[in-house]
Amino acid sequence: MPKDQGIGASTKRREDVRFLTGKGRYTDDINLRGQTHCVFVRSQVAHGRINAIDTSAAEAMPGVIKVFTAADFAGKGGVPCGWQIHDKQGNPMLEPKHPILAEGKVRYVGDAIAAVVAETLEQAKDAAEAVVLDIDELPAVVDMKAAVQGGALVHDELSSNLCYDWGFIEDNKGAVDEAIKSAHHVTTLELVNNRLIPNAMEPRAAIGDYSMASDDYTLYTTSQNPHVIRLLMGAFVLGIPEHKLRVVAPDVGGGFGSKIFHYVEEAFVTHAAKVVGRPVKWTCSRSESFMTDAHGRDHVTKIELALDKDGHFLAIRTETYANMGAYLSTFASSVPTYLHGTLMAGNYKTPHIYVNVKAVFTNTVPVDAYRGAGRPEATFQLERVIDKAARELGIDPIELRRRNFVQPNEFPYQTPVAVAYDTGNYQATMDKLVEIADLSGFEARRAESAKKGLLRGLGVNCYIEACGIAPSNLVGQLGARAGLYESATVRVNATGGIVVMTGSHSHGQGHETTFPQVVAEMIGIPEGQVEIVHGDTANVPMGMGTYGSRSLAVGGSAIVRATNKIIAKAKKIAAHLMEASEGDIELKDGKFSVAGTDKSVDWGSVCLAAYVPHNYPLAELEPGLEETAFYDPSNFTYPAGAYACEVEVDPGTGKVTVCSFAAADDFGNVINPMIVEGQVHGGLAQGIGQAMLEAAAYDENGQLLSGSYMDYAMPRADDVPFYKVDHSCQTPCTHNPLGVKGCGEAGAIGSPPAVVNAVIDALQRGGYSHVTHIDMPVSPVRVWSAMQG
Amino acid sequence: MYEFDFEKPATVAEAVAALGREDAMALGGGQTLIPSMKQRLAAPSALVSLTGIAEMRGVCTGDDAALCVGGATTHAAVAAEAAGRYPALAALAGNIGDPAVRNRGTIGGSLANNDPAADYPAAVLGSGATIVTNNRSIAADDFFEGLFTTALEPGEIIVEVRFPIPERAAYAKFQQPASRFALTGVFVAKTANGVRVAVTGASESGVFRWGEAEAALSADFSADAIAGLSVPADGMVSDLHGTPAYRANLVKVMTQRAVSAA
Repeated sequence: MPKDQGIGASTKRREDVRFLTGKGRYTDDINLRGQTHCVFVRSQVAHGRINAIDTSAAEAMPGVIKVFTAADFAGKGGVPCGWQIHDKQGNPMLEPKHPILAEGKVRYVGDAIAAVVAETLEQAKDAAEAVVLDIDELPAVVDMKAAVQGGALVHDELSSNLCYDWGFIEDNKGAVDEAIKSAHHVTTLELVNNRLIPNAMEPRAAIGDYSMASDDYTLYTTSQNPHVIRLLMGAFVLGIPEHKLRVVAPDVGGGFGSKIFHYVEEAFVTHAAKVVGRPVKWTCSRSESFMTDAHGRDHVTKIELALDKDGHFLAIRTETYANMGAYLSTFASSVPTYLHGTLMAGNYKTPHIYVNVKAVFTNTVPVDAYRGAGRPEATFQLERVIDKAARELGIDPIELRRRNFVQPNEFPYQTPVAVAYDTGNYQATMDKLVEIADLSGFEARRAESAKKGLLRGLGVNCYIEACGIAPSNLVGQLGARAGLYESATVRVNATGGIVVMTGSHSHGQGHETTFPQVVAEMIGIPEGQVEIVHGDTANVPMGMGTYGSRSLAVGGSAIVRATNKIIAKAKKIAAHLMEASEGDIELKDGKFSVAGTDKSVDWGSVCLAAYVPHNYPLAELEPGLEETAFYDPSNFTYPAGAYACEVEVDPGTGKVTVCSFAAADDFGNVINPMIVEGQVHGGLAQGIGQAMLEAAAYDENGQLLSGSYMDYAMPRADDVPFYKVDHSCQTPCTHNPLGVKGCGEAGAIGSPPAVVNAVIDALQRGGYSHVTHIDMPVSPVRVWSAMQG
Repeated sequence: MYEFDFEKPATVAEAVAALGREDAMALGGGQTLIPSMKQRLAAPSALVSLTGIAEMRGVCTGDDAALCVGGATTHAAVAAEAAGRYPALAALAGNIGDPAVRNRGTIGGSLANNDPAADYPAAVLGSGATIVTNNRSIAADDFFEGLFTTALEPGEIIVEVRFPIPERAAYAKFQQPASRFALTGVFVAKTANGVRVAVTGASESGVFRWGEAEAALSADFSADAIAGLSVPADGMVSDLHGTPAYRANLVKVMTQRAVSAA
């Protein structure tokens, strides 16, 4: 009998009432008294020297309050990077300034040069067109390898376009080289992890407000982590102490990583609000978001996998070029390094692994974390090269994987790439996959496709991810400039209702439903008695926000910890009310009772006593019932699973149709199965989108060719099949109180290799044996061209 | 969007007069023009909407048995109202864009714009239709003059399009994955006077007739009849979604599929 409340119940998402009826309150819905509007003048060339900016005509136009240029930000900092990487030799990465408005040079199409603040949006747009730019266009660097081989310097003050050349782990390199040299077989694959544009449904927006009366600032912004923005912008960019700066991230319509970062527009509106003495609002247009939101992925990799004669993995060596774009975005440097290199062991026992990453500046939009962030890149390389090796050695790809799995009795498992997996069962998820994907029926389905003249293929892969980001002491050693704990305050009201203030931020994940399920279960009260508050630095203790599938594993753990403090105090109060010993008090179904007696007092009476302490142990206990907790994880969590995709390829056109997709995931314990399945569905759509459709493309001059939905293909409902998803294989996380691992990114991480493996399988079975790899997206033209040889 | 005036005349004569103003533009469904204006890429002084002209809306039968479609008829209306008499045309109209586009966009707007990847030009050229304007009739073979260029004079309005009904016809469209316009679309019509094959989306010169295939199909209306033919890649569009060689392949494959479906 499924539960209808608490942990394990598929409670319907309470936030959907407002989202589905248009009652959400997004940043653009907020309009402040006296508000002005801001439009940015953006570079139309990828690289150029700014000789002069003439704002005089624009400033004389109707409604214009002020036109800003870099000169208006003299003495202010640049937008900082939150993670310092050290290269092979131990030198810190190159870290150029990222100014709020371009200083001296423009470095990508979309780089902000000037900004107009006017009474109305139309007036600001009109004036932005009247700003006269004198820019000498310079040669642009777009290709990463060209950029490090003597291409134009993106930053004149740097010695090179190579941000860092990172080796991981440098001590492993000798053994890896030796193992590859002497191996029975080495499979080599060169591949591209295609550049993506995030495309959250809600474009970014920001409103800056300054109060002369109290000398404080408020920023409303589309952010996944308002405290991080407050810290970065206050401390590093504008020099505003945190007690004078409030950051509010109200309803946010999707982030996928792209709203983690501190963007220049946020600093601009905050500073400009004080300069003009009125609130300044900016809302990104969709066209503008294509060329200013941090893009994702964009890796070019060579991977080598060494195997013995029985197919056991001996060593992995990779060399990756990772695009940083023109500036270092907030977490850009960590994505191709610690979020990527640490996952190169996958679900397998490979004794020797060495990862080399060259991070490169180019004249393109900054690149940073996007759903999965580094882990999809690792998974794609590994699961593609394993498939290729299986074909080369004549071993069934599922069997080859099983042969190399970390076995269920081998946990905890220390990988050669720093991380240690606490628990897992990869055989179990593979068994489940074989069942739900009906792999035994594949040949019959292939015959049916053949009758229609279509080539059917089957692709399987595994994945593992490091989630629940992150143990602060570990990431601190690795260069993170912030802690990655989470916070929660549980405030019990006098009549028993509860408000939980969490440092996690919900922008589609369903926290407002899931978190109350946890608290309600712990106390034994209805979920409806618990409310979640998030997204406002004025109301919530300092937290680190939502990304890296961390909200339940880290934020939820903080909530559990705070709720346990509440329960402990409530038991003391109950003991006093019942004149019993605290040690004899039991809490069940919202009722405190004295063990072995029929005495009890309900939740509401204890809460009332805490706030109306007429009969209360005031000598020993403070009144009130409110507790705060912080939780810092001791390890990452390691969700893992096995995915299968079947495709049909139309040999006449190269068109690929995804016929079926099955996902068997191990997320540990699950709080709300419906929400977990929804997260997997969304992730799969994004992963299939990457594999089949999405590609950010620049021409050789750095112009964005895929600058709108006319050329950038997002997955639509009819591009994806009905999924078969299963999360019944559960090895609970061993080190957080809920035993949860996180599910937000799995679908996007695990699905691209299954799609490509399936396409290659279809072509191989169809007689196109020369096709061993096609880069994503596996678009019709690419598949057809590959088939032609 | 810049400021502009808006007029919605009730007759063709009033529309022609309104379009006499400098930089005035005719507005059909606005599916291309309005987004261009929103991006400040177009700045007409006035928009003259044609959708209020009753005589330009709807589908009827002409004295010569042709299917007559008013210039301001939406794609959705063509899909519904032409289905009985000219199912291939109705199917084409019913697969343009999405429901919002089909209930706004008009046949006259699409033809006057002559987007090289639009569907209607293939149907009009493939059917050998006649474009009737406020002052003349133009044969389809004389109407399309290259990318976004037609035989229309400034201020000239497409009042009606007259489609002779073929014996058999079909449109086979291969969608560009992002826009879902035709990466290549082929309209094939078999008439008493032979077969016409019109291709959209593929050529740098816009919609065109594939003469070689027409001859082969006039002799033998089957997919196999053109199995040995090929289209040169020269002059085919090259972009993110297709190479010239790929589009040349699609011309043949989509022609075969249209013949099979007809």
